Order: sequence, then C-alpha cells, then structure tokens
Amino acid sequence: MNRAGIVSGQVPLALRCLGEVPYRDALTIQDELVRDRRDGLIPDTLLLLQHPHVITLGSSSDHSHVLASPDQRASLGIELFEAGRGGDVTYHGPGQLVGYPIVALEKGRHDLHRYLRDLEGALIDGLLELGVQGHRLQGLTGVWTSGGKIAAIGVRISSGWITSHGFSLNVAPDLGYFATIVPCGIEGGAITSLDLELGHNVAMTEVENVMAGAVAKRLGRRLFV
Amino acid sequence: MARIEVPMPQMGESITEGTVSKWLKSVGQSVQRDEPILEISTDKVDAEIPAPTDGTIVSIEVEEGETVEVGTIVAYIDIEGVPSGKSSAPSEAAEPVLETPAPTPPPVEIPDPLVPPASQTVESTAESVDEGSVPTEDGVRPRSTPVVRRIAEEHGVDIALVTGTGHAERVTKQDILSYIEMGKEGEVDPTVAVTSAQSTPAHSEVADLWKTFYGQVQNPEFPVREGDRVEPMDKIRRLTAEHMVVAKRVAPHVHSFIEVDFTAIDRIRKDSKEQWQEQGARVSYTAFVVWAVSRLLPEFPQINGTVAGNNIIYRGRVNIGIAVDLEPGLIVPVIRDADTLSLAGIGMKITDLAGRARSRQLSPDEIQASTFSITNPGVLGTLVGLPIIPKGTAAILGTGAIEKRVVVIEDDVSGTDAMAIRKRGVFALGYDHRLVDGADAARFLAGLKGVLEAFPEDA
Repeated sequence: MNRAGIVSGQVPLALRCLGEVPYRDALTIQDELVRDRRDGLIPDTLLLLQHPHVITLGSSSDHSHVLASPDQRASLGIELFEAGRGGDVTYHGPGQLVGYPIVALEKGRHDLHRYLRDLEGALIDGLLELGVQGHRLQGLTGVWTSGGKIAAIGVRISSGWITSHGFSLNVAPDLGYFATIVPCGIEGGAITSLDLELGHNVAMTEVENVMAGAVAKRLGRRLFV
Repeated sequence: MARIEVPMPQMGESITEGTVSKWLKSVGQSVQRDEPILEISTDKVDAEIPAPTDGTIVSIEVEEGETVEVGTIVAYIDIEGVPSGKSSAPSEAAEPVLETPAPTPPPVEIPDPLVPPASQTVESTAESVDEGSVPTEDGVRPRSTPVVRRIAEEHGVDIALVTGTGHAERVTKQDILSYIEMGKEGEVDPTVAVTSAQSTPAHSEVADLWKTFYGQVQNPEFPVREGDRVEPMDKIRRLTAEHMVVAKRVAPHVHSFIEVDFTAIDRIRKDSKEQWQEQGARVSYTAFVVWAVSRLLPEFPQINGTVAGNNIIYRGRVNIGIAVDLEPGLIVPVIRDADTLSLAGIGMKITDLAGRARSRQLSPDEIQASTFSITNPGVLGTLVGLPIIPKGTAAILGTGAIEKRVVVIEDDVSGTDAMAIRKRGVFALGYDHRLVDGADAARFLAGLKGVLEAFPEDA
C-alpha cells in the first residue's frame, strides 16, 4: 500500500493490466473480484484489458441489433455473450482498450447517472491528454468525437454499490467488425477510433497509463500500481 | 405478520424509474439482509437490489420486465418466523421451493486470468430463470412468476391459455388480469379491456403535460459576490422549489382569516391528560385542528377536491397533509383517512409521522395523496402566515400562534360586556379561487371555529 494514498486521504485504486482476456474469463474474474471487494479482501481495482472478437448483449439489448448471422460470426471468429450489464449490443475486439473498474462506491457516489457521467468524464479527460477532443451526446451514454462514437459504456452495480463492467475505447481496432452490430442500438451512427482521429498510432500501454490516471481522478481515487 | 416493504430504490438523483430485469429469489424463499434478491436495469446500468432485512419473501408485486417508479413496492419480506438455518423450509409456501446453491466462498487471492472459467457460466445463470415455473399438462413450460400463478390459482385459470405479452412470451400480471376481466364480462370485445387498462394515464404523461402547459421551472441566475458561499440545492430543496413555483403559478390564491378561542380545548386537554398518557398519546393543538377539519371536509367537497384539466375531482377520502419542519427542509407526511381516526389516534399518528419525517424514515406512500394540508407557523410564535396551496389540492390551513389575549366577552349572567384573558389564535385558509368561492371558505372557517370552540368531549 503506498503512503501517498493514505496521506492524501484518497481511497487507493489498484491498477491491473491483464492483456488479452477471453470475454468469458473476464466475466468470471469480475464476479470474483466483486465478491472480494464486497468482503474487503481487495482494494478498489481497475482492470484494463483487451478482448478477442466478441459481441456482447446488455440487458436492454435488441437481438435484431446483432446483424451478423451465426454463420458469419463463426467465420469471423466472433463469440456472442449475454453480459449481465446495462446497455445494448456492443462489439469488443483487439485494438480496443476495455476498462472494468471494480470499485465500492462511497455514499456520496450512490448515483448511477453520476457514475456513468464520471466514466464519460474520465474518457474525455484521457482523450484530451492524448490529443483528441471528445464530448458527450445529450441523452446518450458514451463518448463521441467529431468523427463518431469512440467509446462505449455499460455498467453493472452489485449489492453494496460495487461496480463492474465499464467502458471500451477504440484505440486502433479493425472498424470493419462494427458492421456486425448496431452499436448500442443507435442506428446509422459512425464509429471512430483514436488512431483515426490522431492520424497516427498510439501504443496501447500509453493509452492504458493515461486512462488509468483519468479514471482514478474522476472517481476521486489515488492510483497505485 | 410483520411485513417489510421492498421499494424500487432511488439509484440516483435523476433516476425516476427502474425495470425489474430478474428476480433472483422467489416467494417462500428465505433471504438474508444485504443478499441480492432482484436485479433492476435503468439505461446503461444493471443493478442488484439487496434484501433490506433477514426474512422470507412473502409476495412479489412487480413482474420481470415491468417498469415502475422509484418508491413502488416490488416485494414484501416477512421478518417473523425467520428460519434460523439457511436450509429450513419456509412455513407457508404453497409449493416446493428450489434452493439456490450457496455461493462458493470467495477466494482470497486475485485469480490468474488465464485459469479456465469456473463452472458458473452465463448459460447456467440463464437456466435459473426457469426456476419455479410450473409444467402444464401438455408439457409446455410457460414462463410466469409466483404472482401470476397465485392469481391464476385464485381464479381457476389455466395459465397455458393466456397469451403472454412479456419477455419470451411470459404471461405478465396485466395479461392474466385482462384475461380474467374478459372472461367475467362475457362477450365484451377484448379490445375494450385493453383500452380501459390503458386509459389510466401514466404518471410520466401527466408530468409532461404540466411541463408543456405551464413551462418548466427555470430559476434565474444571479452573480456571486466575494465572500459568498455557493451550494447546489439538495433534492428536497429542489423539489420544494419547483413545487412552490408551479403551485403558485397555477392556482389563483385567496386567503381568509378567522380567530379561534382555545379555552374549550384547553379544558379538554387538562381533563384528558392522564387518560392520554396511559394510551401513550400526545395530543397537540394540531391534533384538535386535524380532527375538526377532517370532520368538516366531507361537507365541503370542493375544499377537499382539485381542478384537473376541465374537470373537478372531488376526493373520496380525507387525507390530511401535515407540514413538518426538517431544519432545514420541509416535508408533508399524510394522515390517511383522518376522518375515521379518534382524537387520540390522530395525536399518535402525528407524533409517529413527524418523528419518522425528522429521522428520514417515511415511506414514499406516506407523503402522497394528501387532499388537504395544514401548516403551523404559529408554533414558532408567528401571528399568522399565508401558505401556498400544494398542487393537486384546493386548500391549506395555516394556524397562527395560540397565545393569551385580552378580549371583550359578554357576561352570561348579567349580559354586560367585560374584558377577559383568553387563549386565541388566528387561522388562515388559503384556497384555490378557481374552485372555492369566498363564501365557501367563510362557511368552512366559521364551521371550524364552531367545532373547535365547542369541542366534543368524546372526540
């Protein structure tokens, strides 16, 4: 445990970068971490990872928003999952940074909308640091740039206000895969990515570092690695 | 049976409703405090709702897939006869209950992400949704919840015959109620039943009408000066502010006053003090006023009513809202059916509601459906106030300070005038002049004065 966290009075946030994790495994890990967090066995933890190609369905998913047929999905190597989070259909795949904060929200933060806005705020802060101007769209959840939607959000709150699931940020994915779904049920919306907005590649590790800091700051936590 | 309500929780300031996405427990199952019993979803967020207490789920009020307002009761938990062990069967369950397996004990270390997935898979979770559904004769397993099955059993309806409109053709409570309704009315066109079920306007429609017709409340900005402190309004303050603006904007307010002599009431208070103490009741002046008002209101239906669109609603019940000072903040708990309560009963109810209002323990339905309000600025010595009429009602009574005053009375025996010291207070009735005429208000106030000054001994 680092001293600065205690001195500043801020709750520590542990960062764990897991690399590429199959979606199913990530669900299991989150289940266990949520339980451990509730039992006080671990500190607030931010998981940063990437998924192999996968389409996930949230609780408000319309199955017609999965455009690819089972055969097409099989040939593209895309799995399909019911995610147990809020929101509609989402695609995850290589080149996308996925962040799952497992955080015990304190009393003053017991507000679902505030948590969503905090995640959006963190993404916007991080994007700005990386040189991209992001913004919210009124009435929608996620982050957009002038080029389209760059980050998606879907969240679960477990008993005791423990968060799981979170956000996915398009760093340098193959945007062609998004054609297999109607992202978050918003038809006709363009999808963009960080490398497209910047015109050059950024290392995933750099995006991870920036985003971890931004999330910690918005959630009022002190990051330790 | 001590039943604890499980309301749809307030999951955020701007969140007004939630959808029940999945029941994790069924009727008859025992639950432990903080154990998740259902999942709800709002936009972009799924959330588990924990049990507020140890007990047994005795009733589920909201179906999976239904969206209800924050505060709506979704289930009841019986806290009596809580089985001591997790495995003991519920006492009154009409049908066998499948025990969900206990969660595996949490591992102490963060798992290696590369370890193959544990047995708890998404598929197995989805399976558990079917738990508790009953197979029918033809082997079909229609999805339904305990509430629906209970209704079906009570009315002798075969669920398999009901068309389900819920998720995965699940038979919802509305489906079965419409089905029963149709059966009752014989040849009635089924579309009629549907129409009547939909004719009750949803709450959100009503709210939208207020906003479009009267305009959303916008508080103007003002510059901040050096040394000032700026704080966001908390929820109660914001709701109060909006309510007051709308209430004052809509209803043309008129106020009338009357002075009331409390000599008779003081005598009753002195005579009954011991009796009330034995009953555990504290009977304040406000209790007397509530009693008198609740007995008078049935004679003044317009004062116990409200203007709604081009109609007048005359309320069928007498529910008296009592303004309670929260220091800071204001909340108006409601004494329901006050006209059926005794004076001591009203006294106890006021003590209970005011106490729980101050400790923030009122349930949402205890601050709703008031038909007439009473506010008591006099308790702090104010001579009289001009209260704002809460929207959705037609009148409010403000009671001023009750204090000793010198008044001129006529001596009963000699018929001569004399000065006397009497306890008196000024009452103000604020009323909506669209509905209540000045003469109505005058008659109501005169009647109130009459009841209070010759207060019945046996109230």
